[in-house]
Amino acid sequence: MPNFVEPITAADGMPLKKKLARALFRSKLRAAGLVLPLFAFILCTFVVPIFALMVQGVHNDTFYTYMPRTAAVLEDWDGSSLPSELVFATLAKELAKGKKERTVGKVATRVNRQYSGARSTFTKTARKAVKMEAPFKDAILKADKKWKRVEFWQAIKLTSETWTPAFYGAALDYELSLNEGFERKAEKERIHVKLFWRTLVISAVVMGFCLLLGYPVAYLLATLPLKTSNLLMILVLLPFWTSLLVRTTAWIAILQSQGVVNDILVWIGVTSDDSRFSLIYNMTGTVVAMTHILLPFMVLPLYSVMKTIPPSYVRAARSLGATPTLAFLKIYLPQTVPGIGAGGLLVFILAIGYYITPALVGGQSGVLISNMIAFHMKSSLNWSLAAALGGILLAGVLLLYWAYDRVVGIDNVKLG
Amino acid sequence: MALPPYTTLGEKIWYYLFRAICGLIFLFLIMPILVVLPLSFNVEPYFTFTEGMLRFDSEAYSMRWYKDILTNGMAAPDAPMDWAWFADSWKNGQWIRAIKNSFIIGIASTLIATSLGTLAAIGLSRSEMPYKRFIMAVLISPMIVPLVITAAGMFYAFAQIQLNQTYIGVILAHVVLGTPFVIITVTATLVGFDKSLIRASNSLGAGAGTTFFKIQMPLILPGVISGALFAFITSFDEVVAIIFLASPEQRTIPRQMWSGIREQISPTILAVATLLVLLSIILLTVIELLRRRSERLRGITRT
Repeated sequence: MPNFVEPITAADGMPLKKKLARALFRSKLRAAGLVLPLFAFILCTFVVPIFALMVQGVHNDTFYTYMPRTAAVLEDWDGSSLPSELVFATLAKELAKGKKERTVGKVATRVNRQYSGARSTFTKTARKAVKMEAPFKDAILKADKKWKRVEFWQAIKLTSETWTPAFYGAALDYELSLNEGFERKAEKERIHVKLFWRTLVISAVVMGFCLLLGYPVAYLLATLPLKTSNLLMILVLLPFWTSLLVRTTAWIAILQSQGVVNDILVWIGVTSDDSRFSLIYNMTGTVVAMTHILLPFMVLPLYSVMKTIPPSYVRAARSLGATPTLAFLKIYLPQTVPGIGAGGLLVFILAIGYYITPALVGGQSGVLISNMIAFHMKSSLNWSLAAALGGILLAGVLLLYWAYDRVVGIDNVKLG
Repeated sequence: MALPPYTTLGEKIWYYLFRAICGLIFLFLIMPILVVLPLSFNVEPYFTFTEGMLRFDSEAYSMRWYKDILTNGMAAPDAPMDWAWFADSWKNGQWIRAIKNSFIIGIASTLIATSLGTLAAIGLSRSEMPYKRFIMAVLISPMIVPLVITAAGMFYAFAQIQLNQTYIGVILAHVVLGTPFVIITVTATLVGFDKSLIRASNSLGAGAGTTFFKIQMPLILPGVISGALFAFITSFDEVVAIIFLASPEQRTIPRQMWSGIREQISPTILAVATLLVLLSIILLTVIELLRRRSERLRGITRT
């Protein structure tokens, strides 16, 4: 018996195993090459921008960029008493420079977020700093009395640090101070956590309503003959395809105080003309419009699961003596759980990020966390806080996305 | 599904009750569209049904809001309707500009999204593709990540490279938002694709390009087109990215509706909405026809 086996070779004398491995590698490369353009595109225009924004949530170098030397000398300050003449001198010089280069406003806004009222102190002192002479400590202390407060200096030191957890703290209604660390904000200033809760609750309620309304419809569509169900399917798909703004506008027309629903209620005498229900520009409006908009996302996955359930199972249960309710609960419902999971997760994921509908029909009580992010991004220009709020929201969504991938598999997403 | 003779009275009641409930839910689904259609012909500048409308009085209905789509923003809206009038409308009409923008941005982003997405879907459907699950998850994520975060991220990043308030910036954003739909639809078509056709084509001497354009492309074309339509409607309907990234110059139809709802609520919005519903009916029909064609091509018969 020979103690070794001659390797099988290809026509050109190369071992077959090696040749196959090479061919496999090449086809792997080819497949990757097809995906690469889009992957690189998504990376550049989607992943990197979002990541860059998220970095803003823990990184803010406004103070450091415009007043680098003040930031440097403040590093050595002990934080318990008024800083030394050196700090005051550097500050005066950089304030004067900021005044000339018109950058002092940016610094002032930045400090103002840590210590309200700081804005006017900075601009006022900067105006005077141009003509200041040594000793700078006295000159600055005379310019505004806030400079005498150690807490004010502590706030400045906090803002001079470029990497800071302060914005994530603020996003969770915690205030950062130099000595005590994080502390919960006063009761009436705690708005973000409440908003996160409201977003979760509204999303859960919308998901519940979608399930409640979607389940019977999906069941009906799955059990009717194909011809009828295809026709009825149009009623589900048409709203799905109709512009979001069209549907939101329509709900305004339906739910407003002079709208269709109120008119009908007045006409049948449920309410009087001068006590019409306020159904829109509040939480009710948000929930109704969002349920309508997201309902197809519940019906479609449920339908595709129910379609595969053989009707003979329920019939068998009935013939063995189960009541209709029992047959439904024990036989039918458990088989539709994958559909409920898929639809429910999808609706929930889409609901917690909703922006347009709450902004248009939500009024005061119906706005969600997305609206707060947009507000800080576009109006208050506190991008770091927006990034921190967005980071928390994004983490939640990605967690749910991961769960969705586990439960359903992204390659099983179907449209229409 | 007729009721068998042995059903009890309770079951019969439940059967009809269930259908009635389903009818109400369908009504809920379709009601917004049903309400928008007649209101867009309202002669009054309100969002409500007037007495005359309920009496089907022909004077309570008018086309004035449809005309307003053309005239809004015009220099001389009351001039006689001749060529100069249409030229004025084409040049100055606010809604006309929004419609033009929507089509420019929609078509450009659809073309890019469809070509990139189709290539990627073909790559992803190959069994040799490494890290398939992870890459798929990344490529689909623009559909999942809240639009506000996507738009804010782009707004922040595009500000550094002067892409904000440009057509390119808006189009790039819409490409990102459209590609997941292309990938999903094309991947679904590729599931039924017989790979031996490619091998057959190769063994008969066709190169990679010929095989792709002559063999694979015609078979997956229905999926590609419906993916393109999805991408188009996504761009056509998208408003969050526009709010963040576009200047008034790049206003699209949804953006114009958005400010219309927030600032000067007028039934012109309802007239535009009606036209958009018509557009979505057309697109829906096209997609359904394509789906059937695709199933026929792949030899799947509906049961």
